[in-house]
Amino acid sequence: MNDNAIVLTARDISRAFPGVQALAGVELTLRAGEVHALMGQNGAGKSTLIKVLTGLYAPDTGSIELLGQAVTPRSPLHAQELGISAVHQESHLLPNLSVAENICAGRYPHRPWLRGGGIDWRETHRRARELLAGLGIDLDVTQLAGGLPAALQQLATVARAVSTDARVLILDEPTSSLDADEVKALFALIRRLRDKGVAILFVTHFLDQVYEICDRITVLRNGRFVGEYPCARLDTHGLIAAMVGRELVSAERPAAHEVAASGSTPAVLAAKNIARRGQLKPMDIELRAGEVLGLAGLLGSGRTELARLLFALDARDSGDITVDGKPAKLEQPADALRLGLGFCPEDRKESGIVAELSVRENIVLALQARMGLGSFLKPAEQRALAEKLVAALGVKTASIETPIAQLSGGNQQKAIIARWLATHPRVLILDEPTRGIDIAAKQELMNEVLELANGGTAVLFISAEIEEVVRLSDRIMVLRDRAKAGELPRGADEDAVFSMIASHS
Amino acid sequence: MNRRLLPLAVTMLLFVGMAVFGAIRYDGFLSPQVFLNLLIDNAFLCVVAVGMTFVILSGGIDLSVGAVIALTTMISAALLNAGWNPFAAMAVVLLFGALFGAAQGFLIQRFALAPFIVTLAGMFLARGCCYLISTESIPINDATYASIAQARIPVGLDASLTVGALIALLVVAAGMRIAHATEFGRTVYAIGGGESSARLMGLPVSTTKIGVYLLSGLCAALGGVVMTFYMLSGYSLHAVGLELDAIAAVVIGGTLLAGGVGYVAGTLFGVLILGIIQTLIAFDGTLSSWWTRIVVGALLLLFCLLQRLFEGRTRRTA
Amino acid sequence: MNRAQRLARHALFWPATTLALLLLVCALFNPSFLGIAWQNGHLYGNLVDILNRAAPLMIVSMGMTLVIAVRGLDISVGAVVAIAATVAALMIGGSFSASGDVASRFPLWIALVTALGVAAACGMWNGLLVVKAGMQPIVATLILMVAGRGIAQLLTGGQIITVYYAPFYALGNGFLLGIPVALWIAAALWGLLHLVLSRSALGLFIRAIGGNPEAARVAGVRSSAITLCVYTFCGLAAGVAGLIISSNVKSADANNAGQLLELDAILAVTLGGTALTGGRFTLAGTVIGALIIQTLTSMIYSLGVPPEVNLVVKAALVFAVMLLQSAEFRALVMRPVRNPRAGAA
Repeated sequence: MNDNAIVLTARDISRAFPGVQALAGVELTLRAGEVHALMGQNGAGKSTLIKVLTGLYAPDTGSIELLGQAVTPRSPLHAQELGISAVHQESHLLPNLSVAENICAGRYPHRPWLRGGGIDWRETHRRARELLAGLGIDLDVTQLAGGLPAALQQLATVARAVSTDARVLILDEPTSSLDADEVKALFALIRRLRDKGVAILFVTHFLDQVYEICDRITVLRNGRFVGEYPCARLDTHGLIAAMVGRELVSAERPAAHEVAASGSTPAVLAAKNIARRGQLKPMDIELRAGEVLGLAGLLGSGRTELARLLFALDARDSGDITVDGKPAKLEQPADALRLGLGFCPEDRKESGIVAELSVRENIVLALQARMGLGSFLKPAEQRALAEKLVAALGVKTASIETPIAQLSGGNQQKAIIARWLATHPRVLILDEPTRGIDIAAKQELMNEVLELANGGTAVLFISAEIEEVVRLSDRIMVLRDRAKAGELPRGADEDAVFSMIASHS
Repeated sequence: MNRRLLPLAVTMLLFVGMAVFGAIRYDGFLSPQVFLNLLIDNAFLCVVAVGMTFVILSGGIDLSVGAVIALTTMISAALLNAGWNPFAAMAVVLLFGALFGAAQGFLIQRFALAPFIVTLAGMFLARGCCYLISTESIPINDATYASIAQARIPVGLDASLTVGALIALLVVAAGMRIAHATEFGRTVYAIGGGESSARLMGLPVSTTKIGVYLLSGLCAALGGVVMTFYMLSGYSLHAVGLELDAIAAVVIGGTLLAGGVGYVAGTLFGVLILGIIQTLIAFDGTLSSWWTRIVVGALLLLFCLLQRLFEGRTRRTA
Repeated sequence: MNRAQRLARHALFWPATTLALLLLVCALFNPSFLGIAWQNGHLYGNLVDILNRAAPLMIVSMGMTLVIAVRGLDISVGAVVAIAATVAALMIGGSFSASGDVASRFPLWIALVTALGVAAACGMWNGLLVVKAGMQPIVATLILMVAGRGIAQLLTGGQIITVYYAPFYALGNGFLLGIPVALWIAAALWGLLHLVLSRSALGLFIRAIGGNPEAARVAGVRSSAITLCVYTFCGLAAGVAGLIISSNVKSADANNAGQLLELDAILAVTLGGTALTGGRFTLAGTVIGALIIQTLTSMIYSLGVPPEVNLVVKAALVFAVMLLQSAEFRALVMRPVRNPRAGAA
């Protein structure tokens, strides 16, 4: 592998926040004409490192050199002027401005003083069109960015990032909401930029994408630099080992799980023709007592949307829902709760925990909500319930009165599951319960899921990790492009799932 | 392009509709002077509303403008009666308004405080300072002010504008230019579209946020100067509730309260609509002037509901 | 953490201390300030006065506390005060009679209940706009603030309606067992709220809705219904305050009744320690906040300072409390305290 010229070197970067050392002595070397992957678990420090490189945070120690010159980016604008451009995970186009404006914002061409000195809109549109054409993107630059589909918005965001003659382009999880075709288009763009000599830093959690487009990988773990490896010399297994820190024991068979023969038990919850315009095409789903139904599919296939419709978080446009064979009124989450459903959302910070409340209050919330204002869980009862569940699930917390915000992600997730366990649900929907949790906690959670099913609860288990879904489920429902691709019985392997997704297209 | 101009078109249609209604129902409604009076009587509101438009476009709100107008009239009256040169007095109050607004903007931006509470406290402060200067009305006897107040600029055959109305038109024109042809203006729209995204794009969000409140304070002070021409007095109870009228004018003019969408031209029509409501009620003769408040409230409700509908539909298709 | 530190961390520490300090300053300037006597069959003194005058503000602020706790706001309470006062005055009516014997148009209790009903309906209107139409609270309540006072003025024709029916005066001027009736009403309301909040999950639900509305909804809390009730209660509270205020001045003044009351209420809630961002709230803190405001007014008056200073002082207080509640400000101020050597580095 030829060694391209080094464009950026970051050495010994450290950054602490109150209570946590986000980065400690991290190194990074980016070369021109190369795509460099930055990998690590959640909390490894990837986002912090990017924010340091783009001037959003100042490092406590360390230095950055760009083309041999020491630089200290003071702000995103300054970083851009230096030649470091980024597309952050949370950055979006401004939906109320046109595409051309989004691309040229902050750098508008002006009319000469004699002709008024205002923004030259014609030139603005021309520049935007030229830039997009040079990158192989065909768009109407005068339309509002908000009207573009997500993938085109992503491409336009990348276009803006490189419009500043960037020498370094940082892409933080650019493919999270793109489907396979859209990812192809983005990768074509990335390759074009790479061939122009730009040094690209690519952050993703999709392992296959790393090997598809990247030349080198830097791995971070717990804020520390683990190593830099050429892709050709590090296989998937080695990469995961570097990220996780120990040899991954090959998947253990989870605790023995009894399941009644499919079809003999009536469905606890069944939905026929459930759909919502723009989010989910009509489909049928059945959840049976004591069974784990896995929901598999790529990002954007509609798994979370289906879960939200089942729990009535979003209003469905069509669909008959029956509980134990009888039609059920299911229009808001309170109805779902009353019918014995429970839902652990994907984003626990946004829709799961109430940060200010204590662990106890978070745990008793759903049960109390179901009991309504008429009856009241006395403080002593609340404490007993919370203590019991905290012990059963192994939630690590100083006390049940601790504000839940102080717990780690994994323990917060356990607390949310405890919340639903307290209601003795007949159906429990788990949307990405293991996301952002360390391996040990993941194992405990999955065992808990199986115990639930053993106890007679119907479980709907959603995970982006198809391997997890395959391991845990008694039956697998596969989604593709917001429609049902099919169902697979227990024992199906990942390849079967992949084939089902692929063949349906 | 057309969909963006829809709210503005609705506002203009409403204005035309009301004018036609008035022309049919009352004699003399369509006389040029009646129309120019819409602007003359509401010139100070127009100036303030232009400043308010920028604040709302950025996603904020400014509840202090009425109080700043009153304070401006008080300071002007006090300075003039102490013998100051009238133009020097005007310069001082304009500078004061700008600084007052900038201070509020600084607090909002630097300490991440909610705009409504900062400007609410600012309103308290400004009104309080008014009372400190005097609780009584202070008449202005300066000759220059009096002559400006009486000056009339002929427009067409037998209609005329006041200096205040002319200032209002100039401010609207300046506002339109700032909004559409300057980086500052476009950054205001960007902040309204998504502050964190704008920041990540490297736009000068912090300085622009302060600038928006500075502009609003400046417009409030200028509105106060115009009111001084109109009333020829300084009084702590001037412009009570004016901020609500300004917000109503901006919303009825088609600017989304959530920010990011709207036109300064729309605000002009919003002000004219408020004026025409008052004129219609005055022409009717039987309705008491309280009806103005009720109709304004109802219009505000209607436009807010329409905005919610508009937002709901665009969110579904995006 | 020793006892003193634990005391200082208590939520009510700062509001209570502020109030105590203010009372102390008053007492320093006027030694008889803190004195309470028994005169004319009731308690008498500056403190009693403060409590009495603060009662309407306490009541409105309690309603406002719950609204702010669910991340809402109600700036129409002043207008609702005017409306309630107007409805009651019109229904009681009556005219001046030399013999002093006046009957009311409707039985007193019907007039009062109607006024309260109208006030609650106003609150419900605000709640519907926020919950069903999804409008921002400040905008939704702005509409009633603008139009509501207009309606009240329309009903009274802009005139002040004097009420001649004596039993009505008891609300704002009467005494029961030596203590002002208005204070009894405020205490009863506080007691009722306290009972409901401690004997039911309402407090938990409100804190969940204000802390994270989406999470509360996912957990099955009936957010819409509870928010609607909170706004309705706020309107009702404003109605009660309106009745007391108009009873106190024996008239309904649609122009001025409740003017700037919403600002005082928000200030009281903020001073009491409830965050404007919603979630945790404290009714006791709000009551203390209302007392602080009233004590301030009394202090300014008794110090001989012109009452115009009142607004400026309130403004300064709001700025101070806002800044103290801001994490950025605290970080700025605390940094030199925590790292005194930072400057040397």
